Amino acid sequence: MNTIWALAGVVIKELYRRKDFYVLFVLTAVITFVAGSVQFFHDPNIVRYVEDLCMLLIWISALLITIATAARQIPAERESRTIFPLLAKPVTRGQVILGKFFGCWLASGIALAVFYLFFAVITGSREHYWPVADYFQAFLLQWIMLGIVTAMTLLGSILFAAPSSTVTILFIVVAGILFLGRHLNTVALHNDEPLRSIFYTIYFIIPHLELFDVRERVVNDWGLVNWLDCGLAALYAAAYTGLFLLLTWLGFRRKSLT
Amino acid sequence: MDAILRTENLCVEYRTRSLKVDIKPALKDLNLSVRAGEIFGFLGPNGAGKTTTINVLLGFIPPASGAAYLFGIDVRQPIARQRIGYLPEMTYYYKFLTAEELLRFYARIFGLPSSEADKRIDRLLKLVELEPARKRLIKTYSKGMQQRVGIAQALINNPDLLVLDEPTSGLDPLGRMKVREIIQRLKNDGKTVFFSSHELGEVETVCDRVAIIHQGELKTLGRVDELVAQHGVNLEKVFLDIIGYQLQPAL
Repeated sequence: MNTIWALAGVVIKELYRRKDFYVLFVLTAVITFVAGSVQFFHDPNIVRYVEDLCMLLIWISALLITIATAARQIPAERESRTIFPLLAKPVTRGQVILGKFFGCWLASGIALAVFYLFFAVITGSREHYWPVADYFQAFLLQWIMLGIVTAMTLLGSILFAAPSSTVTILFIVVAGILFLGRHLNTVALHNDEPLRSIFYTIYFIIPHLELFDVRERVVNDWGLVNWLDCGLAALYAAAYTGLFLLLTWLGFRRKSLT
Repeated sequence: MDAILRTENLCVEYRTRSLKVDIKPALKDLNLSVRAGEIFGFLGPNGAGKTTTINVLLGFIPPASGAAYLFGIDVRQPIARQRIGYLPEMTYYYKFLTAEELLRFYARIFGLPSSEADKRIDRLLKLVELEPARKRLIKTYSKGMQQRVGIAQALINNPDLLVLDEPTSGLDPLGRMKVREIIQRLKNDGKTVFFSSHELGEVETVCDRVAIIHQGELKTLGRVDELVAQHGVNLEKVFLDIIGYQLQPAL
């Protein structure tokens, strides 16, 4: 585990020494601050709408940070050839994958925590209401979801030629799952064969990332999701994350470094 | 004396994109044996197979046939690399880290306790004369300084065998001299050094034995002094003779 945590530590250091995280954070912070501060006609519904917008922004920023960070890890190791002195130590390729995964996942968790903290402070100071448990649950579920996205992106970085292609493809795939994933079974029902089977297959294969999205509940103050359901969602995420990491390892194991 | 590094009929093949030749041999039945405590020079012209051999020894590429062993352990086992240090030809390190952070990272990989890692980092940074720059990011270092960070990382686990791939390549004369001094000091400490180089004068100065390969085949292996005495010329001439280079008469 020493090796895995050492590798994860390097990924986290890289994130906070790069500028893209700060740019995204400042952008999100400014928009959150401005949007969270205004009260349009003292209408609580409009405030909720603004909160919803801020949370959407947090989702997009967190996804961007996660995908951009994970997509460049292995290609950058190969391109800058830092993989050579690393694998010349008693380190396996499986440990490299796990180290990169935990590093990216922890880094995205830290960034997400900063975003949520900022959002909570801004909205709390305006509304004098602090639904800490709701925010914590939303953060936790989103972070668990980012675990699947991190593993998917690492797999993408093995399959696609350049980190930029991985980022674009992964962002489209993740956005597609989030917006359309839950409707695919309905689409399948309204189609004839073979499209019906194709849509059903996709519906049952893809990781349903939308299950982890509780923004609506937080914004409308509908209360907490049952913690048992959260636990089941975490198991669901762990299964998909494990599968994607396994596929990444299988691809990376045979990949030429030279 | 026990062989620390050994290859047995090692063959490596590369797939090519050429229509005529599908597979190109990079190493053909290479048999090497490096003993404990010696400095072993691995010579050959560009494309001879030196880096390929090092890549097999470090487990980066699998052999097509034959085998390679470090300390008697098959190089395909990661544990075979527990007691070695590797310095690549170019500087390939995380440039967003400082020298101290980089060394701490590698120390963690070897499972060194924090107090021991601190001691070794201090000692190594002094050895490579990077003590004043230890808190600076590697991306601000000159090429010579980056190469010296490389030497420090190769020594972090106090290895018994050092694999150096053209360690003085691209360095100025002062940088080369410093690297040579460090290699000499390692020899005095009883370390085994396996290094590839194009600098034949340097090899002649520091190596006990050399192997010369050409087009993937081992052409000769022996003590430097014996080869020089046998051919009656310096190592550079020996090298050129062995690889079959004919000196052109002056026009």
